[in-house]
Amino acid sequence: MNTKTVYRPQAGLTEREYHYCPGCTHGIIHNLVGEVLKERGLIESSVGVASVGCSVMAYEYFDCDMHQAAHGRAPAVATGIKRVRPESTVFTYQGDGDLASIGLAEAVHAAHRGENITIIFVNNAIYGMTGGQMAPTTLLGQQTTTSPHGREKAQAGEPLRVCELLSNVPGATYLERVSVHDPKHVRKAKKALQKAFDIQSGKQGFTLIEFISTCPINWGMEPKDSLDWAVENMIPYYPLGVYKDMTKEDDDA
Amino acid sequence: MSKVLMKGNEAMALAAIKGGADAFFGYPITPQNELPEYLSHHMPANDRVFVQAESEVAAINMVYGAGGAGARVLTSSSSPGIALKQEGISYLAGSEIPCVIINVMRGGPGLGGIQPSQSDYNQITRGGGNGDYKVLSFAPENLQEAVDLIKESFPLADHYRNPVMVAVDGLLGQMMEPITLEETEKTQAAGKKEWAADGGYGERGYRNRIASLYLDPYKLEEHNLKLKGKYDEMREKEQRYEMIETEDADIVFVAYGTMARVARNAVQMLREEGVKVGMIRPISLFPFPKKAFEALPERTHSLITLEMSLGQMHQDVQIINNGRYKLDFFGRTGGVVPEPEEIVEHVRAALKEDA
Repeated sequence: MNTKTVYRPQAGLTEREYHYCPGCTHGIIHNLVGEVLKERGLIESSVGVASVGCSVMAYEYFDCDMHQAAHGRAPAVATGIKRVRPESTVFTYQGDGDLASIGLAEAVHAAHRGENITIIFVNNAIYGMTGGQMAPTTLLGQQTTTSPHGREKAQAGEPLRVCELLSNVPGATYLERVSVHDPKHVRKAKKALQKAFDIQSGKQGFTLIEFISTCPINWGMEPKDSLDWAVENMIPYYPLGVYKDMTKEDDDA
Repeated sequence: MSKVLMKGNEAMALAAIKGGADAFFGYPITPQNELPEYLSHHMPANDRVFVQAESEVAAINMVYGAGGAGARVLTSSSSPGIALKQEGISYLAGSEIPCVIINVMRGGPGLGGIQPSQSDYNQITRGGGNGDYKVLSFAPENLQEAVDLIKESFPLADHYRNPVMVAVDGLLGQMMEPITLEETEKTQAAGKKEWAADGGYGERGYRNRIASLYLDPYKLEEHNLKLKGKYDEMREKEQRYEMIETEDADIVFVAYGTMARVARNAVQMLREEGVKVGMIRPISLFPFPKKAFEALPERTHSLITLEMSLGQMHQDVQIINNGRYKLDFFGRTGGVVPEPEEIVEHVRAALKEDA
C-alpha cells in the first residue's frame, strides 16, 4: 500500500492541534518561531512565555519549556526567567491587545532595561480572543464590536505604532516589522527571527519582531480577503522594515 | 555570627540573603525602602540577582518568572504596593510557584499614610487576588523573630510550592534591635526543581509548563481541590502562636506584631492591679492559630482582640469563638500605635461596665 505524508508536525512545535481559527496567520508565525529555534539548536534550552489573548494556549504548541503570563505581563515574566537563567533562550509571544494596551509598560521597560529577550509581537489590529473589540492598533475607520461606527480619532485616538515607539527607547537593540501574507514575506520574516535570536544568543540585548497578522473571523472576511486587507490597509499605516539595529552601529564602531 | 544591631528593613534583607534568596525584584515604597536599598548592594555582591522593576505589578510578575524557572525569589513592598501585587500572587498560587513576600504594612485605605498599621490583615489572609487560594503568612513581633521566619520561609515556600508572606508593620521595619543570624545552606544545595520551566528540556527529556489555565471546569475543580489539600496541610502543621500568661487568665488578649509588643506591657500593668490577664499572640495569620484557643484554661471568660486596625483579625476570633467567650475589641487605626495605658484603660472600663 502506498502511503503519502500529507502532514507532519513542524520543527520546534508539539503535535497539539491548534485552536486558532481557520485562515489566521498565528499558525505561520508559530511555525517560523519553532523552525528558527530548532534550526539554531536553541529549542531544548528555550523558555517561551505565552500571553493572554488568542495566543494564551501558545504554551501547548511550542516544543520547549513554557510559562503562561497574566495579561500584558509576559515581558516581566520573561525578565524574571532570563535574569536567573541567563543561558536559556527566552521569548514572549504576545498580541496587540496584550502588548500595546494592558502590557505596554512592561514591554517598554523590558526594552528600556535592555533585557536580553525576544518579543514576538503579533499585530492584527483587534482583540481576537474576546470577540473583536477595538485595540490600540485598530485602524481609523475600522469597525469593531466597541467601535461599531469605525474607530474615530476624536474618540479613541490614532492607532499606536509599537516599533516606532520602541525605536526611541535607548535600551532596544533590534526592532523589525514583518508580514507573512505571501511566501516572499514569510522568508523575510524568518530572516528577521533568525537575526533576533542570534542577537539574544550573542547576549546583545532586547529584540522585538512585529508581525502584521490577520483576524478573518473578527474582521468578517474570507482568509484570502483578510490577507489582501492587511496588505492594502495595515502595511501602509504600519510600514515593514527594520526600525532599529544597534548591532550595525556596533559593527561600524 | 554574634549579635548585631540592625535596622528592621536591613535585617530582613540580610535574612533573605542568608535564607538563600537567588533573586529580588521590587519597587520603591515607604516604609520598606531600606530593604531594596540594602539588597541593591548586597545581592550583586553575593552573585545574586537584583532588579528594580518599573512597577509593583511588573515586580511580582518577575518573581513569577524567576520562581517558575526554579529560583528562590523575594519581593517586598508595603500595603498599597501589596494591593497591586495581588494579581501576581493569585497566579503564583494558581501555578504553584514558591516565593517569599515581605509586607511592611502602613495605614490605608487608598494611599493612606506611611505610619505603622495592621489594616492589611484581610488582604493577607483573604487575598486580594481572584480565586480559591491562600498565602501562608506570618506576623513576627520583633526583629529576631522576623529574620528567623524569613529564613524559614524559603524552604516552606518550596515545600508547599506556594507564596509565603512575612508581614510586619512600619514600626518593625524602621526600628533597630539586636539580632543573630546563623548561616544556612544556599539554595542550589536544596536541589534542582524538577517542575521548573528553566530551559532544561534537553537535559530533562520532558517539557515543563507553568500555567494556571484550566478551561475544563472539572479539571479546574480538581486543581483547586489539590491546592486545598496544601492549605489543609498548612492548617495542620503551620499554626504558630505564643501563649503569654494564659494559665490563670480570666481575660485573654488576642494580638499580633507590634500590637502584641504594646499589649505585653498592658498585661503586666493589669496583673499588678490584680486583674488576671493573658494573651494569645498569633504568629501565623494564615493558618489562623485555632489550637491556641483550645489551650485556654476553663476560667477564661473574655477575649479582647487588639489590633492596629478597626477589627480585621477580630472576625477570625469571632469565627473561632462560636459563642463561648465574651468578646471585645480595641483598636487604633490610620497609623496610630496605642500606648499600653490605653489598653489598660479600655479593660478597666469594661470591668466597670460588667460590675
